Amino acid sequence: MSGNPSTPLLSARGLVKRYRLRSGLGGSRETFAAVDGVSFDVERGETLGLVGESGSGKSTTGRLVLRLEEPTEGRIFFEGDDWLALSGAELRRRRRDLQVVFQDPNTSLNPRMRCGAQVAEPLRVQKLASGRDLRDRVASLLQEVGLSAETAGRFPSELSGGQRQRVAIARALATRPRFVVCDEPISSLDVSIAAQVLNLLADLRERIGLSYLFISHDLAVVARVSDRIAVMYFGRIVEQGSAAALVSQPLHPYTAALLSAAPDLDPSVHRARIPLSGEPPSPASPPTGCAFHPRCPIARPRCRDETPPLAPVSDGRLAACFFPGELAPPTR
Amino acid sequence: MSFDLAAGEALAVVGESGCGKTLMARALLGLTPDAARTTGSIRLRGKELSGSPEEEWRRVRGREISLVFQEPGSAFDPVSTIGAQIVEAVRVHRKVDRGGARRIAVERLREVGFPDPMRGLSEYPHRLSGGLRQRAFLAMALASDPAVLVADEPTTALDATVSAQVLELFDRLRATRGLALLLITHDLGSVAAHSDRAIVMYAGRVVEEASTAELFRTPRHPYTRGLLASVAGVSAPAAGGRRFAAIAGAVPDLATRPRGLCSFAPRCPDRFEPCDDREPALYRAGESQARCFLYGDGRLGTRDSERRP
Repeated sequence: MSGNPSTPLLSARGLVKRYRLRSGLGGSRETFAAVDGVSFDVERGETLGLVGESGSGKSTTGRLVLRLEEPTEGRIFFEGDDWLALSGAELRRRRRDLQVVFQDPNTSLNPRMRCGAQVAEPLRVQKLASGRDLRDRVASLLQEVGLSAETAGRFPSELSGGQRQRVAIARALATRPRFVVCDEPISSLDVSIAAQVLNLLADLRERIGLSYLFISHDLAVVARVSDRIAVMYFGRIVEQGSAAALVSQPLHPYTAALLSAAPDLDPSVHRARIPLSGEPPSPASPPTGCAFHPRCPIARPRCRDETPPLAPVSDGRLAACFFPGELAPPTR
Repeated sequence: MSFDLAAGEALAVVGESGCGKTLMARALLGLTPDAARTTGSIRLRGKELSGSPEEEWRRVRGREISLVFQEPGSAFDPVSTIGAQIVEAVRVHRKVDRGGARRIAVERLREVGFPDPMRGLSEYPHRLSGGLRQRAFLAMALASDPAVLVADEPTTALDATVSAQVLELFDRLRATRGLALLLITHDLGSVAAHSDRAIVMYAGRVVEEASTAELFRTPRHPYTRGLLASVAGVSAPAAGGRRFAAIAGAVPDLATRPRGLCSFAPRCPDRFEPCDDREPALYRAGESQARCFLYGDGRLGTRDSERRP
């Protein structure tokens, strides 16, 4: 296992995932790229937020990293190793380092299995513990996520939504991963419970030095939990940078619009929302040039003809826009 | 629970899952499940609706009070066009011929910002994006010019940028039609930006009622305070770093909610002697009303039991 601290924990390079368009009988030979050339690094102990609306490709990106699906093109390196080249027993063994927490614990947990057995499952499958040791490990994992040891004997249906998500997190932590993909981990939870789960993720990050790929549609939450953020639109990263800089001074007009649509809890501040007409494009009729141009308030003829590359703008910040920073961020 | 709603006004009802907000909305439309026993009074322009026979409710629903909800997909028949369904909705309530109903349908689609309303008529629901489906649903809800629109989590299934468009559409309809809006949501951001007054529900009851400005400026009930603190606003200074101010414990469901004491007491950071002994009433707290002993029974405010008949 290579642990060279100078290489990023996880690197994705030029990830592409194409799907066949579903249309008519017999299917179609046309394809569209749900993920279209996505590259990013996640450093040790770092949280990278991946934010975007439905159809942006953010969840597919997470699934590629987890190898729940194989990319059409591109490479992934985990701890410097070629992650896509791993297979069979080697892949199974290394999967323990890279785990996932999904949106809905109701579907990610087995309703007919006691919680303790579900937390124990990865340990048994990986043959990391058995017998008395296994029971102790499960009890301490449950404790680690703020649940009592008795939870082990309960079925998911006997728990609240927040408790169920904690069980799912305990299961993800069972194999002592270094990296956890969190795919909309709080979207099915009530506001007051979501805050508890986010705090738990922050605690775990500090205590055991976890790295996260935090996937969410909620820019406000992502901004709070992430060190850096990548904003996705229609399969591509359109802006990437430190969370603080991206939120205070967005470079891409889509980021600026997302920010202006995010909740502001002060009704006396009447923010000018950046009006975006229309909706995200359909894979069946992808726009030419910049995918955002049909909705963009500052689009010019060039944006219709050319696709802007994700390029450095300043201080390690990247934007895929010919006119970065031109659309003034909403005043606060 | 008691409240008034004026023409052109937006009253937000905010609460987490299981607080009873959706059931309350259904009761306003006479749509409670058979097992439910509804008591109290619902008056529309002074006319008593509660206890009405089903055929009277059918007349009221759609014509005077309309409902839109989270999943517009389930509001439409998938095998019939948007146009046919809106025309049908118009003709249920109005004596117009098919051509007249069609003109009204086009007019409504235009009013809700449907691009190319003529073409919209011949679209099937599943061919539309989520945002357009919600607009079409709204056009259908407005078919017979209702006075009141009950919107139950109307933008929860929509993307942020699209959801903002729909909420702004509500604002416009209130101004142009004098439509009264009951906005039921868990999203405090939409409450802040798109309502005049707000009711906070917890475990089946109103725990706070205030003007929206006052609710966010000076939240009174400890639950409201906790709720506001636990939400990440993008502009909020990240004082706690990555930590959120969480409310301890779990949201009670209606079947197991605490009785004979304040239902928020088990999770409340401000809990003191009376909270475990009895249930608080709604007390006046500044310009707001709060169901909390901090403001009543000799504490900071006065009891306000005569507030509403």
